[in-house]
Amino acid sequence: MTPRRSSAYLAFLAVASALGVAAAVHAKAERTRRGPELEAKAVIVRSLGLTDLCLFTEARYTRHPSQADRFSPFQDSPGSPEHFPAGSIVPPPRNP
Amino acid sequence: MRHALERHRYLLDFTLASLARRKGKSLALLVVYAAVVFALASVLFFTEALRREARAVLRGAPELLVQRTVAGRHDLLPADWIPTVAGIRGVGAVSGRLWGYYFDPLTRANFTVMVPEKFWGARGEAVVGSGVARARGLGAGDALALVASGGRYLTLAVREVVPAEAERVASDLVLVGEEDFRELFGVAPGHYTDLSVAVRNAKEVGVVARKVAQALPDARPITRSELLRTWDSVFDWRSGLVVLVLAGAVLAFGIVAWDRASGLSAEERREIGILKAIGWETSDVLLMKVWEGAAVSIAAFALGVLAAYGHVFLGRLALLAPVLRGWSTLQPDLRLVPFVDALQLVSLFFLTVVPYTVATIVPAWRAATIDPDRVMRGTL
Repeated sequence: MTPRRSSAYLAFLAVASALGVAAAVHAKAERTRRGPELEAKAVIVRSLGLTDLCLFTEARYTRHPSQADRFSPFQDSPGSPEHFPAGSIVPPPRNP
Repeated sequence: MRHALERHRYLLDFTLASLARRKGKSLALLVVYAAVVFALASVLFFTEALRREARAVLRGAPELLVQRTVAGRHDLLPADWIPTVAGIRGVGAVSGRLWGYYFDPLTRANFTVMVPEKFWGARGEAVVGSGVARARGLGAGDALALVASGGRYLTLAVREVVPAEAERVASDLVLVGEEDFRELFGVAPGHYTDLSVAVRNAKEVGVVARKVAQALPDARPITRSELLRTWDSVFDWRSGLVVLVLAGAVLAFGIVAWDRASGLSAEERREIGILKAIGWETSDVLLMKVWEGAAVSIAAFALGVLAAYGHVFLGRLALLAPVLRGWSTLQPDLRLVPFVDALQLVSLFFLTVVPYTVATIVPAWRAATIDPDRVMRGTL
């Protein structure tokens, strides 16, 4: 006897839910395991007086977004469209 | 209760059989739908993980920084600013910071050269970030040759490499002593890059920042809360890439929804006509269509979200990484700590599952309320 299609679909949902639970457990375990790593980073930031995450090192204003000149996004090539991919992550400031 | 459940199961059986009859179309829809959910969820998971990390890590950043701007650009400031700022009521300690960028022609990478408040190495020694060590092939005890401002080489001995776990805050750092820094960049004694200011009462940081700006008109104070807000907005939902992906996804859904809402295929309409002719109620047809939309949506949502979790937190963002890395030579470590909350998943669910399910009901309702005879004859 072939199984009902709904049984197969519900089995798929059960597997997906189990994987979802596994992902939640993994996320919690990773947060616990890597909590000290975040704490260590915070200590380094405090002791060295760092101001920004080191994610995009291609330009001054993407390496230290919080320290860049107010004018910096265009000082390298005025009038140009944004030329770094990181610029698609960093939003323009809100106008008043 | 049991009867109602059994009825829904039969409807689901029928719906799945109906989808299986249009195998190619159904599979294509499922793949595209899951891909849209995957793209949205990947960006959402990645930005949220980095935003939370930025908040957790940068809470130790300096309380208040004072820069000097000359002709609209960040410039070195004189040491006599220190007593001026220290004299403002509420200010605790003030220290001059020395930091700058070094473009390394050898690796074509930008390093951040910095003098920590208490550098633990001797003159001629440097502590380098793991990205710098990787790019230059350095280890403790190796020599790091840099071109100093006068054109001659400054050779530093690598004292140690910052552990790789700290890569997302220190990958490009070259930590040196004050004398080496001044020699490397030709910065005269008595000048600093900016000032780090400790404020006695955290509630007064804003007031102190205003007083600094009044006392020193060239000064640009940057508070820690501004710094955190900058990083918050960097990964803001409304920003850049997120908006682009979101707009694309919403547009794709718009097209699918429009396609569904503009009418069913002749085959689907005939099917509804036959069902009504053999005694199905309008409500049964609608329920069957709800199940059809929900079956596809829920499957696509589950596949998309699970794949996105694997992509971001297990696969180190393999597909998005090239876009994020851009022109950077020192590439960031993308092993992220998973921060996924219910709100993210609920938003994603309402953004993807609900519109599609609703879009499948409208045309079905139109077809289900017309005369089955006319539908089957194809006179509509």
